[in-house]
Amino acid sequence: MSQVATLQASSQPGACSAPEVLRERGQREVFCGLTGIIWLHRKIQDAFFLIVGSRTCAHLMQSAAGVMIFAEPRFGTAIIEERDLAGMADANDELDRVVARLLARRPDIKLLFLVGSCPSEVIKLDLSRAAQRLSRQFMPDVRVLNYSGSGIETTFTQGEDMCLAALAPELPPEAPDAEASLMLVGALADVVEDQFLRSFKALGIDRVSVLPPRRSTALPAVGPNTRFLLCQPFLGETARLLEERGARRLAAPFPLGAEGTTAWLKAAADAWQVPEQRFREVTAPAQQRARLAIARYRDRLAGQRLFFFPDSQLEIPIARFLARELDMQLIEVGTPYLHRQHMAEELALLPEDVRLSEGQHVDNQIDRCRAARPDLTVCGLGLANPLEQEGLTTKWSIELVFTPIQGFEQAGDLAELFARPLVRRTRLEV
Amino acid sequence: MQLTVWTYEGPPHVGAMRIATAMQDVHYVLHAPQGDTYADLLFTMIERRDRRPPVTYTTFQARDLGSDTAELFKTAAAEAVDRFQPKALMVGASCTAELIQDDPGGLAKALGLSLPVVPLELPSYSKKENWGAAETFYQMVRALAGPHAPAPGTPPRERPADARPSCNLLGPTALGFRHRDDVSEVTRLLSSIGIEVRVVAPLNATPADLARLGDADFNVVLYPEIAQTAAGWLKRTFRQPHTTVVPIGIGATRDFLAEVAALTGVDPTPALAGAPSRLPWWSRSIDSTYLTGKRVFVFGDGCHAIAAARIAQDELGFEVVGLGTYSREMAREVRGAAERYGLQALITDDYLEVEEQIEALQPELVLGTQMERHIAKRLGIGCAVISAPVHVQDFPARYAPQMGWEGANVIFDTWVHPLMMGLEEHLLGMFREDFEFNDEAGGSHLGHGSKRSNAEATAETARAEVDRASADVKPRPDDTPVWTPEAQSELGKIPFFVRGKARRNTERFASERSIPAITVETLYDAKAHFGK
Repeated sequence: MSQVATLQASSQPGACSAPEVLRERGQREVFCGLTGIIWLHRKIQDAFFLIVGSRTCAHLMQSAAGVMIFAEPRFGTAIIEERDLAGMADANDELDRVVARLLARRPDIKLLFLVGSCPSEVIKLDLSRAAQRLSRQFMPDVRVLNYSGSGIETTFTQGEDMCLAALAPELPPEAPDAEASLMLVGALADVVEDQFLRSFKALGIDRVSVLPPRRSTALPAVGPNTRFLLCQPFLGETARLLEERGARRLAAPFPLGAEGTTAWLKAAADAWQVPEQRFREVTAPAQQRARLAIARYRDRLAGQRLFFFPDSQLEIPIARFLARELDMQLIEVGTPYLHRQHMAEELALLPEDVRLSEGQHVDNQIDRCRAARPDLTVCGLGLANPLEQEGLTTKWSIELVFTPIQGFEQAGDLAELFARPLVRRTRLEV
Repeated sequence: MQLTVWTYEGPPHVGAMRIATAMQDVHYVLHAPQGDTYADLLFTMIERRDRRPPVTYTTFQARDLGSDTAELFKTAAAEAVDRFQPKALMVGASCTAELIQDDPGGLAKALGLSLPVVPLELPSYSKKENWGAAETFYQMVRALAGPHAPAPGTPPRERPADARPSCNLLGPTALGFRHRDDVSEVTRLLSSIGIEVRVVAPLNATPADLARLGDADFNVVLYPEIAQTAAGWLKRTFRQPHTTVVPIGIGATRDFLAEVAALTGVDPTPALAGAPSRLPWWSRSIDSTYLTGKRVFVFGDGCHAIAAARIAQDELGFEVVGLGTYSREMAREVRGAAERYGLQALITDDYLEVEEQIEALQPELVLGTQMERHIAKRLGIGCAVISAPVHVQDFPARYAPQMGWEGANVIFDTWVHPLMMGLEEHLLGMFREDFEFNDEAGGSHLGHGSKRSNAEATAETARAEVDRASADVKPRPDDTPVWTPEAQSELGKIPFFVRGKARRNTERFASERSIPAITVETLYDAKAHFGK
């Protein structure tokens, strides 16, 4: 399982260099796609996520975020038991019973996701048929959809991709002659989403929608005149399905840092033929603020050597930001999955000498990390304390998913997340 | 299928991880998909361990299922042995791998490794974490101590007259509730009566340590949930007796010493001399009078719940109004203990059921797990944590055992802390309307953090409003008596921590007497009828 294939990336249009990619296979120290529910269930306020899985899934959900969210969460687990496996109970009848009980308890729920897990996939429980059956039963009050967040198919943030991909066919069609509209795809913190909506309005782009919406009853329409911007780098399947519905993706770097955010907004501005002058007027003040906020951390971060373990697929855009706007030095940037097409604009901006790795063999990667002795190591919670003990300074990557980091106003916050562990190291005298 | 939001226990392979991580020189190869590695962070984050758990996950993916997952397991196992050089290897499957039936035990055997390999069969769809830990510990003990077992019929070994009696401490694991400190405290306690501790296991034990378990005179079962199966086997195989009392609380610590004395013939009096714990005097001191009859609800794993109920009732003078456990393996013991307090034990792993009972009983203090802490917080009731499942807060930097004399001190402090102090409580009762000093503010020693959140207070007001509104409109269908506005306002003058009970008692009093509307008179009639 430790075969390592070193492949030359096929050259991308627009990419001036083709970075070397180390592809690895082995133990992966990452979450499965179920973990995305932790933020999705807060984002879509009338949706409930019912995992059909095992006690492990339920245990993961309460352990992964490190906190128990006891304000009755809008997720739960239907735990498969021995009698379901032994055929003593019909799994579909059992699921219907659980769903009926759940919906009776939560009449406010308008959208129910049946979320597949490793065990449900392995026993081939057909959740799409179950969703159709239950939808027929509960429509129009509740729409029932399904997707898989299983670890055998998805890594961490891919769970959101699968969830949004399940929504894509449900979006109402937009008339072929509709005026052009822009869709922002990917869950963002509400505050960031609102900032972006204000920016597009100021640019004169009026018809803007978001996926996922805050309420499932307000699904955005999609059609051949829809252009979309990905807000997150892990939405390959969602993008594919939106394209199938006729929408077109606006290629851009991701909105991280002043440079990324500018380029991301510019992609839409160009598609809408917003005059250069107008674009500058709208974006310059926020861009200036972002540069100022980032500058505060440059002394601390410039020249520091950085190593990324794979986690969320946000690694490449964040590494680009840290390298270009804070002058950090990249040793290795690991990503669980490299979507070459969506990442093309990012790869073009990366320094040439960076090592990219895709997938993971955690023990080998730890060996490389130890050998490189980076100044800052970005990794998951399972690795952070053990590496700290070895004298490495770490930044836990999950915070990058649970913190508003996109856009101009958050660029300084993003830099601060990386400066904090280094500052702390120098402060402590124990 | 069982609908679950939160779970008291993880799957059984997490129990096995608690054994592997507690031990030294072992490695656990777990046949599991990507994502099951989340369990690592339980140890590195909650317990702040500075090393990765000694676990290799085979990390199979969907595309491997059609091909050869068994080969993947063999490669992972061989690589792990090569890299980590353990002295014993544990192999098993997580819930998903159990379904694909690759037989990790057989595969590992086929590798012909030159170290003991312990296959673990932990049924994920019927068993849970503590069972998994107990079964794993038992399998490890059997595999490593088994070869040293005396032949059947060998007479029990006599301890030489000049040798100190010795024991093993069984049960402390990684991620255990205060296990680290309980081990120190019980070791100290035993040493005070001249008993030597040979092996502590699984915590910090090596495979070689397990091999010499049979050398001790007896075993101390610290946590029956984890050690009972192994101790039973050691008793049958090595004729080693084991203790049955868990020394949490003054009474239980005394009983434990008496039990050890009976097993070894040593004199327990040196351990009882003087005042080894402050709890008895702290409890007799008159400032503790206000603890009398405080209504407490107890829920946790079996051994901690039983011990907590005994301390609450006998050593602090509380009234135990509810007792339960999520440990089905300990259901019989907990039911027996509950009978002592005239209660029916709540045996469930559904936290909603626990919440329902707490809401119905309206206790003044909850002694529970992190789950009950959240429930109590929501209901505005004080709470102290007595048992796993654990949270990062349950790994204090300071020495904080639960067992033995110092454990009793820790428990006194921890349980009394969330309660309102005696005279303060009186003042609140007398002057309900003081705008600064009222029951919504929480105990003055608890700081602003203890303040009932506005959301909770608002929720309560909202509930009261709804009650009032529905009372005005029509009699409720279930013949619940209606509160008159005057009685409702009088009820509001009762401090919140007893208000629920007063409301319930009054309503019961009224419905039993078919009183349709509760007046101020009814409220006081009910108070006189039920007492405080």
